[in-house]
Amino acid sequence: MADKVMSKRKMEKRMRKMEAEGCKYNQIKTSTNIVFNIILAVLSFICVIPFIFVVIISFTDEASLTMNGYRFIPEKLSLYAYEYIISAGENILKSYGVTILVTVVGTIIGLLLTGTYAYALSRKTYSYRKFFTTVITIPMLFSGGMIANYLIVTKVLMLKDSLWALILPLCLNSFNIIVLRTFFKTSIPDAVVESAKIDGASEWRLFFQIVIPMALPGLATIGLFLTLGYWNDWFNAMMYMDNKDLIPLQYLLIQIESSIDWLANNKAAMGVDGIVAAANMPKETIKMAIVVISTLPIIFAYPFFQRYFVNGLTVGAVKE
Amino acid sequence: MRANTKKAKKPDGNFLNRLRANKELLILSLPGGIWFLFFAYLPLFGILVAFKKFRLSGGGFFYNLFTSETVWFDNFKFLFSSGDAWIIVRNTVLYNFTFIILGVAVPVVLALLLNEIKNKGMMKIYQSSMFLPYFLSWVVVSYCVFAFLNPEKGYFNAVIQQFGGEPISWYTETKYWPFIIIFMSQWKGMGYNTVVYLASICGIDNTYYEAAVLDGATKWQQIKYITLPLLKPVITILLIMAFGGIFKADFGLFYQLPKNSGPLYPVTNVLDTYVFRALKTSGEIGMSSAAALFQSTVGFVMIMIANKIVSKVDNENALF
Repeated sequence: MADKVMSKRKMEKRMRKMEAEGCKYNQIKTSTNIVFNIILAVLSFICVIPFIFVVIISFTDEASLTMNGYRFIPEKLSLYAYEYIISAGENILKSYGVTILVTVVGTIIGLLLTGTYAYALSRKTYSYRKFFTTVITIPMLFSGGMIANYLIVTKVLMLKDSLWALILPLCLNSFNIIVLRTFFKTSIPDAVVESAKIDGASEWRLFFQIVIPMALPGLATIGLFLTLGYWNDWFNAMMYMDNKDLIPLQYLLIQIESSIDWLANNKAAMGVDGIVAAANMPKETIKMAIVVISTLPIIFAYPFFQRYFVNGLTVGAVKE
Repeated sequence: MRANTKKAKKPDGNFLNRLRANKELLILSLPGGIWFLFFAYLPLFGILVAFKKFRLSGGGFFYNLFTSETVWFDNFKFLFSSGDAWIIVRNTVLYNFTFIILGVAVPVVLALLLNEIKNKGMMKIYQSSMFLPYFLSWVVVSYCVFAFLNPEKGYFNAVIQQFGGEPISWYTETKYWPFIIIFMSQWKGMGYNTVVYLASICGIDNTYYEAAVLDGATKWQQIKYITLPLLKPVITILLIMAFGGIFKADFGLFYQLPKNSGPLYPVTNVLDTYVFRALKTSGEIGMSSAAALFQSTVGFVMIMIANKIVSKVDNENALF
């Protein structure tokens, strides 16, 4: 159904394009077109250039950077920051691992919780539908707030310094449930569910063998919402994580000012080799290199992200 | 009275039947329900801390909560007599008000521009470029901005000095930050919001435009008399819902972007950052939870008012 809506939209667009070519006065003037293009091009440039600048800085030679400051066209290029991360950045690679682990586990748990809950809500025969809808509506209106959450997570659930403190608070939210429920309702015809029920399928089988395969685009959308949320999360780490071994990448970036010094000092305490290593450490470029490697997966998955986010936006907009 | 007891008894039998009939769906929605119990409803008890002289002294959170002295509104009195409170509330509301107005104006204009340009290939490129910042975390964005604003090595100061100006100490001068914060919030969010409006524009029935073209309407007239009036419901709803969140600040924008710089607090301190700092640095649980409760309560009232207005304007789009 959602695919049909999309393809219908595409067709409409194509038709409008054909018509526009047919009757010239429905098109904007060439001069206006140029002005519009310039405005959009400038804005697009402003949107991407800061990140490109960071990439350039990460490939700049540390010495020429200290001399000239950050430059769009560096005097000398260097891969040293990346080499350093691979050869001596155990902390950084460890943080990368933490982020990947949290993202994968969190996304799987989140998809399971969101999927099952949304599926139950999407079933018209479910007697407790109203109750469970209220359960997810109230938190959208009134929440305990930061302090209350902090006290519950650290003092009642005892999750401080545990990876679960990074995973559990983010795995479910009312918005995702509503988007997915709407998707289930629009993409899975009642007839399919009913005939499966008549054939004696249990709700689990219905959910795992019929609903999930049919609702893959919707699940992919929620999966990407969750993945992005976990990958970019630093807030929960800032609140709940003091354990130096379990720091995710984004939080490492926050701490890096002090932790780079710490790294250097620590190495220096290790002896002659350490002093050499500390002296050789590219302090400025390494920060930017970590920013780049922490964003790389998002850049690679960008086409997916964009497509499914747009999907999620248009699906979520349909109510009931 | 008797009829009542009869009625109350009858559902008892039904209750078990209903439970049995819905057993499978109930089990499917239970994991999510438990999550909401722990992460959304249990924290509501944490609100009580705002009325207490709360001290953590072993024995568990609830034990501490009920044994600590009840001071009623003393925490609130402290909060509002500190003088900070009004600056923080003013910052939160004024920034959010600006974001709400720009958050409609900028994306609507961009969506119109994107929709009108002739080369649809370029449209895709512009859209993808402007969507990019949305996928970056505020930590990454703060590094991107730092590359320009770094007082010693930053690009802006290099340019200023090249033209013979005095370098600016960006992270201590308050006067630039209202602009930087507003600019960056639009920079990060405009791509996402543009997609929302572009989707609604694509959904407008083509026959309106065909009829208008037959009547000899210019492009500008089409926008003024067809596109904008048809976008009005979407704009109204999003606008009103945004007003519901006027007391909620984007924590990353106000904390990470200015790098938590002390001299900038007068223009960057908002409710969320205030609560966080009070919790993490000074450990004033009572006062910060008073601020958090104030935020939640006013937020709740705002959402209820917003929803009331939405249901008056267009019942279809009301939250509940």
